[in-house]
Amino acid sequence: MSYAFEAEGLVKRYGKTTALAGVDLAARTGTVLGVLGPNGAGKTTAVRILATLLRPDEGRAAVGGLDVVKHAAEVRGLIGLTGQYASVDEDLTGTQNLVLIGRLLNLRTADAKARAAELLADFDLVEAAGRPAKTYSGGMRRRLDLAASLVGRPDVIYLDEPTTGLDPAKRDDIWHVVRTLVADGATVLLTTQYLEEADALADEISVIDHGRVIAHGTPASLKSVVGGQTILVRPADHDRLSDAAAVLAAVSGHQPESPSRGVVTVPVDGDTAFTEVVKRLDVLGISVTELSLRLPSLDEVFFSLTGRHTGTEEAA
Amino acid sequence: MTLIAERTVPARAGHRPFGLARHSLALARRSLIKTVRTPEQLLDVTLQPVIFVVLFVYLLGGAVAGSTHDYLQQLLPAIMVQTTVFGGMATGVNLNTDIGKGVFDRFRSLPIGRSAPLIGSVLGDLIRYVVAVVSLLLFGTLMGFRVETGLLPALAACLLVILFAFCLSWAFVLVGMLARQPGAVQGIGFLALFPLTFGTSMIAPAETLPSWLRSWVEVNPVTHVMNAARGLMVGGPVAGPVLWTLLWSALIVAVFAPLAVRAYRRRA
Ligand SMILES: Nc1ncnc2c1ncn2[C@@H]1O[C@H](COP(=O)(O)OP(=O)(O)O)[C@@H](O)[C@H]1O
Ligand SMILES: [Mg+2]
Repeated sequence: MSYAFEAEGLVKRYGKTTALAGVDLAARTGTVLGVLGPNGAGKTTAVRILATLLRPDEGRAAVGGLDVVKHAAEVRGLIGLTGQYASVDEDLTGTQNLVLIGRLLNLRTADAKARAAELLADFDLVEAAGRPAKTYSGGMRRRLDLAASLVGRPDVIYLDEPTTGLDPAKRDDIWHVVRTLVADGATVLLTTQYLEEADALADEISVIDHGRVIAHGTPASLKSVVGGQTILVRPADHDRLSDAAAVLAAVSGHQPESPSRGVVTVPVDGDTAFTEVVKRLDVLGISVTELSLRLPSLDEVFFSLTGRHTGTEEAA
Repeated sequence: MTLIAERTVPARAGHRPFGLARHSLALARRSLIKTVRTPEQLLDVTLQPVIFVVLFVYLLGGAVAGSTHDYLQQLLPAIMVQTTVFGGMATGVNLNTDIGKGVFDRFRSLPIGRSAPLIGSVLGDLIRYVVAVVSLLLFGTLMGFRVETGLLPALAACLLVILFAFCLSWAFVLVGMLARQPGAVQGIGFLALFPLTFGTSMIAPAETLPSWLRSWVEVNPVTHVMNAARGLMVGGPVAGPVLWTLLWSALIVAVFAPLAVRAYRRRA
């Protein structure tokens, strides 16, 4: 089995703060590793070590078999990084930003321009190509940032919370990009605070908290640990709430809850439960104003893995 | 769609010679574009020296030199030195601002020489010195300044002044790497530059100064640059001051450039 990147026992301390307390991460070539964790978990620190921007205090990391400390220069030739905070130059236009990166990657001027044009088209930035990046919207900036990390056609791509703060449509665009990259043969490390995102994109997920990996596995195995999905129903007619609850109970075999007025929810395990619920609601003529199937939130994941909520220090 | 698979453009350029020079020039171009986009950043090398010239000429000209014209002839080459020397401070301030931003993370994650972003900034900011020299010469001419030596010596004076400022700007790069905030870079810069630029024969002949100050003026490298610029533009001794200027320039860059690159690596 060949790993595109692997890290073992990474430790990083900032004064008294231990950002990483022994983290192992690895991804096989051509796969997506999702690194899931709340704010302050150590995601960015781990990415920066793998991107040669930071030296670990202990442990080691390698990209393409090359140590990130000893062979930093070679590693930089293999990777593309889209940091958590925008790393485009605000005063430069979209084209100028990408051409600069191309020139720094030793492309000839004509090739750098052609590559910039390709990427601007791919990321729907052709019209904005000649404007300074400071006039871009948040979503456009994010896309330019992504494009900038792909100029050199890297083998390994790090995306640090690429969708945080984006609306669902723009988030879908980024998801599409990640899938395309993998189809092109790249290996992706994606950090996120959303289980849904990790579930949608990652082949394997490492959950980290307080600088430690607290769970690792495929999305399916992780979801089975944390209790799968939840169905939520909000009947249009308030009086049909108990009928709806009966449907949920019958399909799931669990006792539904009513977390807020006019709503019933129930955890489900299989993939067919949702369509079954829809059918039965239809048969009974219960019209609904809200009907959804969602994954547990990060907070719920943490609660089931650690017995405490995100942001709280000690076990509950 | 495909994003990184090869299409028309070569996948990777591979190795090409003169990497550091090419990368530094590409980054210098970036600085240049930024300067052109924000021309207000050039006020310190255009309007400010003009104000100095007007003030000094009309406040002190009569008292020091007996006539405003004679005074202007001595003052203008010296102000050119002062302005370009101060002009390098912006390089340190800008780098200090830039380094905390994501852009520098991106540069650091690319397979380029560690010093390329610094060399690029310093080279790109050469434009500031050129703007300073040109605008001072234009304004000086309007006020009655005349080159008394010839075109070539005057050109040499300009190049020498720019060379010195370029070398000294590495000291600001170092301060920019060490200071926590842009404001601190400016504070340290002013503290160092006032004695360096005013502790010279710029506004009054060295003979009129008290002896303790005169000893400082005589060892101060900026005095040599000012004397060289005067010699080359309006006449007077040339060889000695030019030699001293070249020596100091080499010494300054040899000391501060490696220190600055080292500080950048540490900080990164
Ligand atoms: N440069 C730094 N100086 C001091 N503490 C830091 C620094 N960078 C990160 N930390 C701390 O390390 C921990 C992990 O941070 P980070 O890796 O940014 O987490 P995440 O990206 O998961 O939000 C946090 O407690 C954070 O405050
Ligand atoms: Mg982060």
